[in-house]
Amino acid sequence: MALPKVCGIETEYGVISRGFDSSPIVASSVLVNAYAGAFKQSIQWDFGDETPDRDARGFALEDAFPPEVETHMANSVLTNGARYYVDHAHPEVSTPECRTATEVVLYDRAGEEIIKESMKRANALLPDRHEIITYKNNSDGKGNSYGCHENYLVSREMPFGQLATFITTHFVTRQIYCGAGKVGSEFSMEKPDAVSYQITQRADFFEEEIGLETTIRRPIINTRDEPHCDPDKYRRLHVIVGDANMSEYATYLKVGTTSIVLAMIEDGAFPSHLIIDNPVSTIRAVSRDIDMSKAIRLSNGTLKTPLEVQFLILEAAENYYEQSGLDCVSSDDFPREGENILALWRETLSNLSEGGVGSFDTIDWLAKMRLINAYQQKNDLSPNDARLKALDLQYHDMRVGKNLSERMNLRKLITQGDADIARTEPPHSTRAFFRGMCLQRWPEFVVSANWDCLIFDVGEGPLRRIPMMEPLKGTRVLTEDLFNSCSTPMELILALGLEHSELTSFKVSDAF
Amino acid sequence: MTEKIRKSVSIPEESAVEVSDDLVVGKNSHAENLKADLDNLLDEIDSILETNAEDFVNSYVQKGGE
Repeated sequence: MALPKVCGIETEYGVISRGFDSSPIVASSVLVNAYAGAFKQSIQWDFGDETPDRDARGFALEDAFPPEVETHMANSVLTNGARYYVDHAHPEVSTPECRTATEVVLYDRAGEEIIKESMKRANALLPDRHEIITYKNNSDGKGNSYGCHENYLVSREMPFGQLATFITTHFVTRQIYCGAGKVGSEFSMEKPDAVSYQITQRADFFEEEIGLETTIRRPIINTRDEPHCDPDKYRRLHVIVGDANMSEYATYLKVGTTSIVLAMIEDGAFPSHLIIDNPVSTIRAVSRDIDMSKAIRLSNGTLKTPLEVQFLILEAAENYYEQSGLDCVSSDDFPREGENILALWRETLSNLSEGGVGSFDTIDWLAKMRLINAYQQKNDLSPNDARLKALDLQYHDMRVGKNLSERMNLRKLITQGDADIARTEPPHSTRAFFRGMCLQRWPEFVVSANWDCLIFDVGEGPLRRIPMMEPLKGTRVLTEDLFNSCSTPMELILALGLEHSELTSFKVSDAF
Repeated sequence: MTEKIRKSVSIPEESAVEVSDDLVVGKNSHAENLKADLDNLLDEIDSILETNAEDFVNSYVQKGGE
């Protein structure tokens, strides 16, 4: 049976400063520190388990450039279990580990609120007419791209090559409802005006089918093998091929459909004839086909449109649900999540087959295209007019009142009240609950934290390390009594049987 | 939906003010409303857009990432 799909999203935001010259690294650090400092959440990230150069295929390429881990930059862990930090030259929010697509959307929205609050606090500290502004997009229109990465827990037993081949089919074709839309081309082999509008922000940047890099020669399948949990049992599929979405429903479909497809692959239920013949050129072709009418070639020689491929994957998913259920993408709190994803998936594909009108308020690239086309017609502009590119950027502007996606009446999945509360409260159904609760209860005792451990300084004796190698443990159900019965971190450590743990890693009690 | 999320992340009962739509609503019948809203937005969009679009677009440069 497929593993329960623990999942999350990391979003790098575009950042600019106005009224003063600032490097993006400094501007990003000001944002993170303004937020984390204001909330006394300056717990340091522990880089002990970061191995970004490890390759899932089990070998290292001599000319591969693994991403560097920058330890000197602003970095914090929040009481909702999320990580908020400076990654290269961008502020980045990683959601806590979640069990369902709905919770991923909730914490992605909480991430947006964290970014907005950071801008508010940072700009209040800056002199008049000085401002830091962020954008939830993936490119600057000049060939520079930054990522919105998804993560999914998959079984180590699954052969990676097979996983990569099948999930690529989904990645190439899911663009038709996940794309955030973009004015122009950034493909290195053509001029920017070769394309007036395309479905995704990211498709121009992929040059390989599979590989370790994330910043150069980007691959559709990223092979970074850094599970942040028990490496004998699990992989973390690190997905770099998606766009950052403003539409909550687009994020929901992106994570929900991908979770289901991964479960199908693990259980041998993915239609094995659906393999894309040349995915690198095809992902670009699909992104440029806004009529969604051009067929793509499968490796068995047949031709199908991306919509037809998606309908075939959906039908296989519905059969899979009939036979095996979808408990792996649902949870106690969201018991019908699998059914809801399938229903929205079908509704969306049906809408797209009828021209997309029914999904104008859920699909970002359609909403953005409507706005750009209407503005262009009203003002009789040429396709290359800078105002159209400005509209594109401002669809993703994180300033209240300046964000154009807010004005497109996109359907809401999350209330503002829930997003605000999720800024500080962790999800219940993963180890993020334990991390978040420890940071809420005893922030002054937590020396550092990362995805799979917490390190406490209890004042006497050595530092104490609490390993969290199982993403599905440390949940509210498993640890609530523990938190109720312990009033100090030392009591917690004693209750876990870790009084002699010091800085060593081993498995403790059934809670982890 | 709100109720489920509140249950999932310890959101206090009284804190959620707004009520969200159900997850899957029926066939979208908002097309006309969406059109009217877009017309309204177009009437005021120039006050939202950056004043010098060309400068703004040219100066939006993002190096380094991922």
